[in-house]
Amino acid sequence: MTETLLLKDIDEPGLHTLEVYERRGGYEALRKALGMSREEVLHELEVSAIRGRGGAGFAMGKKVSFLPKGQMDKYLVCNADESEPGTFKDRELMQKNPHMLIEGMLIAAYAGGINRAFIYVRGEYQLPAERLEAAVEEAKAAGYIGERVLGSDLSLTMWVHRGAGAYICGEETALLDSLEGKRGNPRLKPPFPANQGLYQGPTLINNVETLYTAPVIIRMGGEEYAKLGTQGSTGTKVVSVSGHVQRPGNYEIELGIPSRDIIYGLAGGPPEGRSVKLWFPGGSSAPVLTGDDLDVPYDFDSMAKAGSMIGSGAIIVADDSTSVVDVALKTAKFYRHESCGKCTPCREGTNWTVKMLERVDSGEATPMDLDIMAAVCENIIGNCLCVLGDAMAMPIGSMIAKFRPEFEAHIEAARARAELVEAVA
Amino acid sequence: MAIDPSRVPRFGHGSRVPGWDEAADLTKDPEGVPEPATTPVPEELRARIEEYMARYPDRRSAAIPALHSVQEHYGWCSPEGIVQAATVMRLTPAYLTAVATFYDMLFMQPVGTHDIYVCTNISCSLRGADDLFAAFHEHAGDDPDFNIRSFECLGACDIAPMISIDGDYVGPIAPDEVPEVLDAIRSGEEPFPERQMKNRKSTDPNA
Ligand SMILES: Cc1cc2nc3c(=O)[nH]c(=O)nc-3n(C[C@H](O)[C@H](O)[C@H](O)COP(=O)(O)O)c2cc1C
Ligand code: SF4
Ligand code: FES
Repeated sequence: MTETLLLKDIDEPGLHTLEVYERRGGYEALRKALGMSREEVLHELEVSAIRGRGGAGFAMGKKVSFLPKGQMDKYLVCNADESEPGTFKDRELMQKNPHMLIEGMLIAAYAGGINRAFIYVRGEYQLPAERLEAAVEEAKAAGYIGERVLGSDLSLTMWVHRGAGAYICGEETALLDSLEGKRGNPRLKPPFPANQGLYQGPTLINNVETLYTAPVIIRMGGEEYAKLGTQGSTGTKVVSVSGHVQRPGNYEIELGIPSRDIIYGLAGGPPEGRSVKLWFPGGSSAPVLTGDDLDVPYDFDSMAKAGSMIGSGAIIVADDSTSVVDVALKTAKFYRHESCGKCTPCREGTNWTVKMLERVDSGEATPMDLDIMAAVCENIIGNCLCVLGDAMAMPIGSMIAKFRPEFEAHIEAARARAELVEAVA
Repeated sequence: MAIDPSRVPRFGHGSRVPGWDEAADLTKDPEGVPEPATTPVPEELRARIEEYMARYPDRRSAAIPALHSVQEHYGWCSPEGIVQAATVMRLTPAYLTAVATFYDMLFMQPVGTHDIYVCTNISCSLRGADDLFAAFHEHAGDDPDFNIRSFECLGACDIAPMISIDGDYVGPIAPDEVPEVLDAIRSGEEPFPERQMKNRKSTDPNA
C-alpha cells in the first residue's frame, strides 16, 4: 500500500492543533456529512462494512443502527482505554492527530442521533489526554462542538474523562461503570449498551481507531472504502508490532496481506540470526501462532480460521531465544492482576494458573499438571461474566498445546537444577 | 510446595491484610456524608471537583477525577482528602474509598513525589524490562523521593523497555542507564530527550 489513510502526514508539525488540521482538510468530512441526512451517513458507514478495531470486530454501522430512534439522551463513548498488552496504535493517533478523533465522533454522533459524548482515556496516557483536552476546547471555540453544529441539527457535548489504571475498564460495560464513578466491574449482558448503557441510556461504544475511520469513509464513500482489504475485513488497519523485531512501531496495512509482510517486511523481523518462535497476532489475549503460521493473511476471517484473532491489532513477536514458560507466566500474571474478581472462574482460574506455572518454572510440577492447567483453561472459556477470563485461557491453552514438549523439558531441567542445589547444600 | 512463612509479607499485627483483626466498632454509627459546615475543604480543591461534577448528568461520575485531584493536592488519596472530596460530592467517604482502591494509579498510602512506572509486561520483558526494574530498585528502591512501581503494558511497546516518569514516556532504557535517569529527574531535567515519546516519529514508511 502506498497511501495510508489514518497515519497519513501524522508527523506534520502542529497537526494536533486546529489550525494545521483544518489546513490539511480537517473537518471537511464533517461538513460533507452534515450536508447529508442522518440516514445517508449511517448508510455510508454500513456500506463500508468496517468492523470495530477494539477487539471484538463487530460491524460499526450495524452497532449505530441498533440505537433506538426518537428524542432522548443518547450517548457516544469513545473507548480510549487501550490497555491490551502490545497495543499502542490509539496512543499515536490521539497524541498526534486528536482532531480527527473528534471529527469521527461528530460524524458517528450525527448518524446515531447522539447528543452527549465522552472520551474515556486510560489514566497513564498523559500527553494524549492533554492533547485531546486542548483539541476539544479548540473545537468548542470553533463551533464544531456545541449547539447546532455548523448550523445543522446536530447538538453535542463532549468531555475527556481520564481513567486511573485498570485494564478491565477497556471492557465496554466495565468502562461504563467506571465512567459512572464506580469500581470498574463488567455488567451482565444483555441488556446491551445500545439499549441500556451509560446512565441506563442508549449508548454507542467504539474504539478510537474505529471512530478515526468515520471521516475517511465519509470522504471517500463507503463503497470505495469497502474495496480496500478483503470482503469480510474491509479497509486499512493500524497494527502495533513489538517484541523481538528490528523496527517496532505502528504500521498501517490493508487488511488481508500476509502476516509475514508485516513482521518481516515492515517491522524488519527478529534480530539477525534469529527466527520467529511464537507470536500473538492480536494482543496478549489472542491464542499464539508459531513460525509456521507467518503466511496467514492478516484479516479477521483468516486469523479466525488459523485458530486465533486479530483482536486489537497488536502483533507481539518472540524469537527462538525466548522461553515459552516465561511468556506464559508473564501473560497469566497480567490477567491475574487485572481480573476484577467479580466471577469465580476468572478470579480463581487466573490465580491457580499462575501458581501452577510457577511450579512448572521451579520444577515442582509434573507433566500431569500441564493437563490440569489445560483443563482449567477449558473450564474458564465460556464460563465468565466478561471475556477477560477467556483472554487468559486462550493464549495459555494455545501455548501448552503447541509447546508441550518444551514445558515438559523445562520441568525436568528445573527439577534437575533444584536437586543439584540440594545435593551441594 | 512448602511455604516459607518468613517470606510471606505480614503486617505488624501478624495479619497479611491490613485491618483484618480490627473488629468493626458496632457502637459507632456508620460514617455518613460529611457535614459541610464542619469540614473545611481547600478552595482550589473544591472548585476543581465542582467543575468536574458539572460535566456529567450524574455527579458521581466525577469520582475518579475528584480522586485524581485529591492525589495531586495531597500527594496521595489521604483519608483527609477523601473526606473533603466526599463533602463536596455529597457522598460517603466509604464510597470514594471503595472506588479508589480499585485503580492502580490511586495510592492509598503516602508515596514518593516522583512516580516512576517501569513497564514489565510481555513486550518490554522480552527486551529486558525485568533487569531494568531490578536496577531501579537497586539504585532508588529506598529513596523516599521516588515511587517506583512495576506496571502492566503502558501502551508504548514500540520503545520497549520503557518507563513513565510522572506521566512522560521514555525508552528504550538500559539497566546501566538508570543512574543517569535518576540524576536527571533529581535535577528537574528530562532524561534522554531524543528518546522521549513526544519526540518520536512514526515508523510507517508511508506515514
Ligand atoms: C478485558 C477487555 C479489555 C478490553 N479493552 C479494550 C480497550 O482497551 N480498548 C478498546 O477499544 N476495546 C477494548 N475491549 C473491547 C470492548 O469491550 C469493545 O468491544 C470495543 O470497545 C468496541 O469498540 P469497536 O466495536 O469499535 O471495536 C476490551 C474487551 C475486554 C473483554
Ligand atoms: S471474567 Fe474476570 S474480569 Fe470479567 S467479570 Fe469475571 S472476574 Fe471480572
Ligand atoms: S509491554 Fe511495555 S509498554 Fe507494552
